[in-house]
Parts: sequence; structure tokens; C-alpha cells
Amino acid sequence: MLVLLGILIVVAGFVARINPLVVILIAAIATGVLAAVGPGVDAQGLLAAGIDTISRFGQAFNDNRYFHITWLVLPVIGLLERAGLQERARDLVTRVKAATAGRLMLIYLLVRQATSALGLTSLGGHPQMVRPLIAPMAEGAAETRHGPLTDKARFRIRGMAAGTDNIGLFFGEDIFIAIGSIVLIVGFLEQAGIRVEALHVSLWAIPTAIVAFMVHGVRLLMFDRQVKKDMAVADVAEDVEASQ
Amino acid sequence: MITLEHAYIATGLMFAAFSILSLRDPLNPTRFRSASFWGLIAVSLLFGSWLGGFGNGLLVITLVVIGATGKLGVGKPATTSPAQRQVSAARWKNALFVPALMVPLVAVGGTLLAKHTPAGAWLISPVQTTLISLGLGCVVALVAAMVWFRPPVMAPVQEGRRLMDSIGWAALLPQMLASLGAVFLAADVGQVVGDLIARVIPMTSAFLAVFAYCAGMALFTIIMGNAFAAFPVMTAAIGLPIVVHQFGGDPAIVCAIGMLAGFCGTLMTPMAANFNVVPANLLELPDRNSPLNGVIRAQIPTAAIMLVANMLLMYFLAFRY
Repeated sequence: MLVLLGILIVVAGFVARINPLVVILIAAIATGVLAAVGPGVDAQGLLAAGIDTISRFGQAFNDNRYFHITWLVLPVIGLLERAGLQERARDLVTRVKAATAGRLMLIYLLVRQATSALGLTSLGGHPQMVRPLIAPMAEGAAETRHGPLTDKARFRIRGMAAGTDNIGLFFGEDIFIAIGSIVLIVGFLEQAGIRVEALHVSLWAIPTAIVAFMVHGVRLLMFDRQVKKDMAVADVAEDVEASQ
Repeated sequence: MITLEHAYIATGLMFAAFSILSLRDPLNPTRFRSASFWGLIAVSLLFGSWLGGFGNGLLVITLVVIGATGKLGVGKPATTSPAQRQVSAARWKNALFVPALMVPLVAVGGTLLAKHTPAGAWLISPVQTTLISLGLGCVVALVAAMVWFRPPVMAPVQEGRRLMDSIGWAALLPQMLASLGAVFLAADVGQVVGDLIARVIPMTSAFLAVFAYCAGMALFTIIMGNAFAAFPVMTAAIGLPIVVHQFGGDPAIVCAIGMLAGFCGTLMTPMAANFNVVPANLLELPDRNSPLNGVIRAQIPTAAIMLVANMLLMYFLAFRY
């Protein structure tokens, strides 16, 4: 039970808004040390457990370096932004009269879910798609309709654009048989002595995918009304900044 | 053959360049701190395999101290003004989209080629093929953009640094959380949580069992930030022994929908940093450091409804088919 303190540290740290990097490191070391606590373990034993935990954490850190490969896209995206990519994306959308932020994201949800279901998960993503294209397009569409956006409306649109990418990915990818989660399920069940086909598992992700499209789709269709409401809230942040 | 190690070298060199340019940027208020932060990430990418577990552990501790004891400043790399961008956008028109789309196309194309053709298998390593192809796509697109738009030679590194500074220490968060997961796994935290949930919710009917399994998947994913970490724990504690064996649920349906219930948790937690925190930084949301930032708040209604939907779907499908 003592090891649950590690989870408590994480939750308390996030709530207290302490820098998460510090919180995670302390939680990891605390968990490793507390797991070693028991009858007959002295201070030296705990110290050894602490060093072991640092080594284990370091090893895992090294094994997980692959997260950084996605940052390789930043120079390309930055270069294109410098050449006016966001402006072009915005211009393009403002020419389509029927475009609204909500409808545009609805189309993106459909495309993201469908391509993820075919295993093409790397077609979307926040650095590649949302920041350079989807968010500026949605902002552009809202601007054509409502005029210059208030901060509240702008940040709500950006949050929704990022969320729509995640939702499309999560409730699409499981339909593809070779995705990590399906492999994990099949492997786990096999170890428990139950044989299932990957295709059979991925088929049962379809009902949830359909419901997810309907639920988030309805929210996106109602989203433009939300944006309109946010337009009535004047920017206060700028005044605060100016007075500082 | 291109392997993961090559992708690490390319990424490491990029971070080394960010570090050097940050050091030489007098407009960055914390240029020494920024330069050492990006520099140490470069060291980890280039030489991490030779440092050993404890050496990497010390590297992480140093990174955390640098990244957390003070603010990481945002540099001021030379870039174009909004007016210049309007002019440039009008000049290049849709050509601007081509390099942006080359990245995912090469990533997907490379993955497919490596899996299905001998030439592709010879060119790209079978380990982490998609990530290697993604890195390859970035390099190809960068070369294309340089040839096409002819920006200053240093522009890609400067522009990359501009975006990297806006992400800041959050760039390290996904990797840190994954490492915390490894420590939790070694300390058997999952088993303890699984037993606790099994004890709190009395599973006297099929519906209560389904409820406990799905809620447990979502809750544990919120804590761990990763449904993959929650799945083996919750399925071993509740899914298999109770929903499948005791009440006779179909294992494929129970596991498929259980995993998706976990994904609902991923949508609601700052612990899933690469999905929920990194984009908040990338999109420069003002509340990016809050535990419930704008991305998570946008997702919570959909996630909550989908969690209930998954419980109902599992209850109505798993015992029928």
C-alpha cells in the first residue's frame, strides 16, 4: 500500500501546480524507495533502493528517447510558417462561404478517424497538422463569420482543434488490426490462455467509433454557437498585461 | 539501412544547433539555461546509449534541475513579420502546402514500403519503422522547402528554435512520464490499485462488473496517462476474472471496449502530456500550465459521454455475441 504514495505525490503536485518534471522525478524516487520498505531493511538498504530507482528511471528515459523524433518536424513547419503557411491556410478557407469553425473541424474529425482506421495515424498530429493548418483554418473561418476574434473565442477554437485531432485518432486507430493496442490485447489474452483473432478484436472497436463520431460531431455542429457567445466576452487579458 | 539510431543522431544534431543558437541569442533572457537544457537533450540523443542507467539518471536529474528551478526563456530568432508573411503567402500560394504534406506522405509511404517491399525493407529498419519514416519525411520536406523557397541558410534552425522555445520544458514531459511508468511497473503499483478498486466496488451483477472495469480503466489511465499501462492491470484484476469468467462476457469484446474506455481517460488527464499538454504549448494557450488546460476542457464532455457509451456498449454486446 505504501507505493500508492507515489501516485498521491503526482496528483498533489499537479494540483499544487509545481513543475511536473520535479513532481515526476520525486514521485519516481519515492515509489522506488517505498517499495523497498519492509522488516529488516535499514537506511543503507533504502539508499541502495534509491540508487537502483535512479538507474531504472535513467534506463527507461533512454529507452523512451523516440518521443523526440517528432520534433524533427519543427524546422520544416517553422520554415513554412515563415513563408506564410498559416496565412495561406486562412485565406483559402475564407473563400469558402459555407465554412465555419465547427463544420471544418467536423470534416477533419471524419478524415482523421477514417485514415486512422486504415492505420495511417501519422497523417495527422499536433505539430504537423493542427498548429500549421487546422487551427488557422478554423480561426479564419470564424473570423469571416464573426469579425476579428476575441481571445476567449480564439483559444477555445484552438483547444477544440487539438481535441478533435486526439478524438479522431483515439476512436479510429483501434479499428486497424496492426495498431499497438490491438497487438497488446491479443498478446495479453494469449498469455491468459485465450486465443482471439486480431481482426475480431478490431471489429468490436467499430461501434464505439461510430458513437464517438456522432457525439463529437454533434458537439462540433453546436460549436459555432459557442464561438459566437465567446465573441461577446471582451479581451481582459490585454488590459491586465498593459497595466502591469 | 536507416535505423532508429540514425534518427536519434539527426534529432540530436538539431537540438545541439538549438543549444548553440540559444547561447548566441542575446535577446533570450535565460540563454545559458536554455542552451544547457537543449544541449543536454542533444547529449542524451547522441550519446545516451553509452551512459548506462545511472549515468542517464544523473542526466535526467540535471535536466530537471535546469528546467524547473527557473523559467526557460523564449529566444527571439530572426523571422518574418506578419505583413511579410501575407505577401509571401500571396506569392507562393498552395505550393506552401506541398512540403507540409510531404512529411506524412513519406512517413506513411516509407512504412508501407518497408513492410511490403524488399527494397523498402533493405532501406528502413523494421524496428520503429513509422518513426524512422517520419524523421525521413521531415528531412525530405526540409530539403524540398529549402530548394523551393530559398530562405536564408540558417532559417530552418532558427524557426525550429522559435517553435521549440514555445514548447519549452513540456518537450521532456512525455518521456518523463513513460519513465515514471517503468518505475511504477517495477514497484507493482498497478496490482495494488487494481485490488483496491476490486474491493471498493461490489461486483455482484454483470452491469456492476462492467461499470467497475470501465471506470477502473479510465481512472487508472487518468493517473498513469496511458491506457496501455492501465490495460494489463485492470484486465487481470477485473476484466478477465469477473466480467469474462464469472459473468461469461466475450473476451474480444470486453478487451476491445475496455481499451477504448481507457482512451476516454487519456482525453481527461494532463498526465497524457504528448496528447494534451504539448499541443496546449504548441498552440500557445494562456492556460497551458493548468492541470485542466483548454485542450483537456474541450475534450472532457466528449470523453465523459463516451465513457458511459462504452459501458453500455460492453454491457449490451459482450454477453450477447
